[in-house]
Amino acid sequence: MRARVFVTLKPSVFDPQGKTIADALHSLGYTGVADVRQGKYFELELATTEAGQARQLAAEVADKVLANPVIESYRVEVGE
Amino acid sequence: MRFGIVVFPGSNCDEDAFHAAKDVFGQEAEYLWHKDADLKGSDVVILPGGFAHGDYLRTGAMARFSPIMASVRAFAERGGPVLGICNGFQILLESGLLPGAMLRNRSLKYRCEHVYLRVEQTDTPFTNAAKPGQVLRIPIGHGEGNYYAPPDLLKSLEDNRQVVLRYTDPQGRVDDAWNPNGSVNAIASICNERRNVVGMMPHPERACEALLGGEDGRLVFESIVSAMASR
Amino acid sequence: MIDSAVLERHGVTREEYERIVGFLGREPNLTELGIFSVMWSEHCSYKSSRVHLKTLPTEGPQVLQGPGENAGAIDIGEGLAAVFKIESHNHPSFIEPYQGAATGVGGIIRDIFTMGARPIALLNSLRFGELGAPGTKRLVEGVVAGIAGYGNSIGIPTVGGEIMFEPGYAGNPLVNVFCLGIARASDIVKGVASGVGNPVYYVGAKTGRDGIHGATMASAEFDDSSAEKRPAVQVGDPFMEKLLLEACLEVMKSDALVGIQDMGAAGLTCSTSEMGSRGGAGIEIDVALVPQRETGMTPYEIMLSESQERMLLVAKRGRETEVERIFEKWDLHAVRIGDVTDDGRLRVKNHGAVVADIPNRALTDEAPVYRRPMAAPEYIEEAQRLDLAVLPAPPSPDRTLFRLLASSTIASKRWVYRQYDHMVRTNTINLPGSGAGVVRVKGTSRALAMSVDGNGRYCYLDPKRGAILAVAEAARNVACTGARPLGATNCLNFGNPERPAIMWQFAQAVAGIGEACRALSVPITGGNVSLYNETDGKPIYPTPVIGVVGLLGDAERVVGTRFADAGDAIVLLGESRGELGGAEYLKVVYDLVRGVPPAIDLDRERALQQLVVELVEQRLIRSAHDCADGGLAVTVAECAFGSGGGADVSIDSISISSQSAMNEAAALFGESASRIVVSAAPSHVQAVLDRAAAAGVPARAIGTVGGARLRFAVGGRVAVDVAVDEAERIWSTTIESHFARRVA
Repeated sequence: MRARVFVTLKPSVFDPQGKTIADALHSLGYTGVADVRQGKYFELELATTEAGQARQLAAEVADKVLANPVIESYRVEVGE
Repeated sequence: MRFGIVVFPGSNCDEDAFHAAKDVFGQEAEYLWHKDADLKGSDVVILPGGFAHGDYLRTGAMARFSPIMASVRAFAERGGPVLGICNGFQILLESGLLPGAMLRNRSLKYRCEHVYLRVEQTDTPFTNAAKPGQVLRIPIGHGEGNYYAPPDLLKSLEDNRQVVLRYTDPQGRVDDAWNPNGSVNAIASICNERRNVVGMMPHPERACEALLGGEDGRLVFESIVSAMASR
Repeated sequence: MIDSAVLERHGVTREEYERIVGFLGREPNLTELGIFSVMWSEHCSYKSSRVHLKTLPTEGPQVLQGPGENAGAIDIGEGLAAVFKIESHNHPSFIEPYQGAATGVGGIIRDIFTMGARPIALLNSLRFGELGAPGTKRLVEGVVAGIAGYGNSIGIPTVGGEIMFEPGYAGNPLVNVFCLGIARASDIVKGVASGVGNPVYYVGAKTGRDGIHGATMASAEFDDSSAEKRPAVQVGDPFMEKLLLEACLEVMKSDALVGIQDMGAAGLTCSTSEMGSRGGAGIEIDVALVPQRETGMTPYEIMLSESQERMLLVAKRGRETEVERIFEKWDLHAVRIGDVTDDGRLRVKNHGAVVADIPNRALTDEAPVYRRPMAAPEYIEEAQRLDLAVLPAPPSPDRTLFRLLASSTIASKRWVYRQYDHMVRTNTINLPGSGAGVVRVKGTSRALAMSVDGNGRYCYLDPKRGAILAVAEAARNVACTGARPLGATNCLNFGNPERPAIMWQFAQAVAGIGEACRALSVPITGGNVSLYNETDGKPIYPTPVIGVVGLLGDAERVVGTRFADAGDAIVLLGESRGELGGAEYLKVVYDLVRGVPPAIDLDRERALQQLVVELVEQRLIRSAHDCADGGLAVTVAECAFGSGGGADVSIDSISISSQSAMNEAAALFGESASRIVVSAAPSHVQAVLDRAAAAGVPARAIGTVGGARLRFAVGGRVAVDVAVDEAERIWSTTIESHFARRVA
C-alpha cells in the first residue's frame, strides 16, 4: 500500500525559497499567484495492505524522521 | 586532555578539527566513528563540519540516529563539554541536545567568508578565555546557517543568556547588513541550559594559524583546554 | 539491423564501420556497435587531436606520470607527488547547467583519487555569453551553484579560477574544472588490469540509464534538436562520491589492489577496455551482476551508461574479503562482476551468454587517428589589421578606467567565489580573487600554487601566439606567489574539427603550447580536448585553457597580489610597449576584437618568472600581480583594492599612434606581455632593482602605495586621478548587482 506524506514549513517560518518562486512567477506575468510555500513530498511503499495501519506507520515515520517538528508540520494520505 | 572528534559519513571538517586539536594545540585527539558507541575516554567531544549523510532530508537529520549519538547524549548529560561546529551544530539541533532549528540562508546561497562575532557569554567551556563583548573574526562556510527559534524559545534563550556568539559589524555592533544568513537575533552560537553543550556556525578550527589568515579561533580551543585543566 | 540510419545515430562513418568489421572478422551486433561508437567518439578517442597532441613536451625530471593515465603527477619532494588534471564538461553544462557542472567536478575529482591521491584543491575556468544577454544569467547561476554544490559537499576547497563573458560563448558555455591531490610518490595507483584470474570489482552507485550516448553528444554540435538530448545528462551525488573517495583511499593503503579506474565518459565500456589495454590483458564481465537501479536494462544500456560515482577495480586474487570489508565499512557494496583474462579481449556476457567480444586494443590504441585537413581561416588576415588612426578619440582615462573596472571580464568575481567553500581542509593560504590559488602541504613546510588561464580573444586573432600567452600567463601567475612552475595540464576547447579552419586553429594552438611549455620548462602531464563547441555552425573562439602547478619550499614566504603598507614602493618588472591588439580596452571602448595579440619573448618571460620567484624567496617584495587584462592601470588598481589605500604612479609615455590621447591609453591600458607589478618596502627597492638588472629584466620604480587616490601620470602629465574608494566600489559591485536579489 502506498502512503503519501506532505511536509510543509509552519506558517510562522519564513520561506525564502517560496518567496523567490512567487517573485519569479510575478515577473513572468502570473499576478494571479498571490503566494507560494515550498514543501516536501514523500512516497512510501508499505508492506501492509490495511489502510489504518498504513496511516499510523506513515504518521510515525513522518513524526520521527521526515519532518522537523520545530519548523515543519505534515499531512498523511493513504491508498491507491 | 583528549579531544574526541566524531566522524559521520560525509563529515569533511573532521581532519581540520583533529589538526587544530593535535598539531596546533598539542592535545591528544581521536576520531570517533559514528557506528561505534565508544567515546574512547574523550574529555571533550567535537561534532565537526561537513555534510553528514549528504545533508539529505534535512541537514543533520540522519546523523542523530547513529549509535555514537547515544553516547554523546549520555556524555552531555553527565556534564561533558560538547562543541558542534557548523554541521555539528545542525546535528545537535536535530538531536534535541540544543533547542531550535536551522533553515537555509536567506540569500539562498552558500557563503564562505570571514565574519565578525561578538562574544556574549564567557561562562561556557568554549568561551571562558574571551572577554565579554570581545569581537572575533572567524570564517563561516555554510548554506544553511539561518538559525530559527519560535518566539517563546527565543525569549527564553535570551533571558537565560544562552546566546553565546552574535554576528556583528567589525566594531561589535549588531547590524542586519552584517548578518550573513538571516539568523534570528543575529545568533551565531547558542548553548544548552546547563551550559556544557555549545553549537556554533562559524569554524574556529579555520582560524587557528596566522598563515591561513587569522587566529581568533584559537580562543575557542584555549578556553576548553584551560577549562579542562582547572577540573 | 545495422543500416546507415543506425550508423548515423551512433556517429560512426562508413569507413569506421568497415574497420570495425575488419577488427572483428564479422559484422558487429548492436551492443558491439554501441561500444565502438563511444570508444571511437572524439571525446574518448581523441581521433582528431592525437597527431597534434603527440608533439607536446611531456617529460622532465620532475614528471612522475605523464599523459595516458587518469591524471598526471609531478614530484614535489619529501616523497610526495602532486597529482592533477583539468577536464571539460561543456556540452552537458549547456543542457543542464547545475548537473552538468556538478558532474564535471565529480568526474575530475574521481580522476585524481583513482590515482591514489587525496584531492586537496579545485580550480575552474568558466566562459559564458555576455552578462546582459538572455540566458546567460540562468547558465551562470546554474553552473556556479553546481560547482559549489558538489565541491562544498565533498569538502574540497575551490581556491581560484577565472570567469569570462563574451558573445561567442553564448550557445556554448565552457566549464573546465581542475583538481589537484597529494599522494605518496611510491603509492601512485594506475588504471591497469593484470594477473589472470584476478577479480574485477564494481563499486559505487547503481547503474541507471543516465548519460547514454553522452560521449557521442559531446562529440556533436548543438542544433534545435538538442533539447531532446536532455536524458543524456547525469545527476551527481557528492555524498556517494565522498564515501567512494574515503573507501578507495583506504583500500589503496592495503595493497590488495592491482589497478583502479573511475567510470566516466563511456562508463563500463571505457574503464574495462582501457584497464585491459594498459595491462596487456583482457577483461570478461557479466552485466547481469552489475548493480542496476532501473529495471529491464539491456547489455547495451549497461555498457554505455554514464551513471556517476562508480569505480572499476582489479583486486589481487585471495584478497577479496579484505576489499569487500573495507567498502562495507563505508556502506558501499563492492560487487565482483568478472575476471582478468589473458586474451586481450573485452568479453561481455549477460547471464553467461556472450553479447560482445572485442579485442581491447581496437577500442583504445588502435582507434582511428585522423590527420584532418587544415587551412588558415578567411577572417584572420582582416581581423589582424588594426588601424588606431581611424578610431575616434578615446574617452578620458578616468572614465575609461572605471569602464574597464566595471567590465565583466575584469570586475570582481566575489559574488561567485563566495559560494565556493575555499577554506575547508585548512590549507588555503591565498584566497580566491588574488591571482593563483595557494595551499600548504600539511606535514611539510611546502606549498603548492596553481592557476588556470586562457584568452579566447587572443587565440581568435592568432591561435599560436594566443596559446603561448596563455601558458605564459598561467606560469607567471604561479611564479608571482613565489612558487616555481613545475608542470602543466591543458584543456583545449575548439569548434568542429571537420572544418579546416578549426583544425588549423587547433594545430596552431598546440604548436604554441608546445613552444611555451618547452621554453618555460613546464611539461604537459595530461589534459583534455573538447571539440564541436559550435551552435548552428558558429564556433567559439579557439580557447586553450592552461593549468600550471608550482612549488614553494617555504609556505611562510607566499605573497599575494595586494599592496601592504602605505609608503611601500611600486616597481614594474618588464617592459610596456602599449600593445592594444585584442585588448580589453579595445573591446570595452570601441567594441572591437582586432589586431595581433601582444608579442612575447619566451626567454625574457622565463627570466622574469625566475626573478620574481627569487625576489619572494629572498623576502624582498611584499606583493606581486601579473599584468594582464586591462593593462597596468587596472593591475595597480587591483593591487590597491582591499589594501586600505590607493597608489600614486608615474610612467613613461609611449608612442604608438599620432594621437596623444590614444598613446596615453596605450601606456595605461596596453596589454604587453611579460610584466609584473610588485611592491616592496622602501629599504628593499634598490635590491629589487639590482636583482632585476642582474637577471636582464627591465625594472622601474613607478610609484608609491598609499593615499586615498588612484593617480597615474603618463610622461609627466596626470592622466588618471580618482578616489580609490569609488573605483573599488565600481569594481566590486558590478557582477554582484547583476545577480543579487536579496529575498529578505
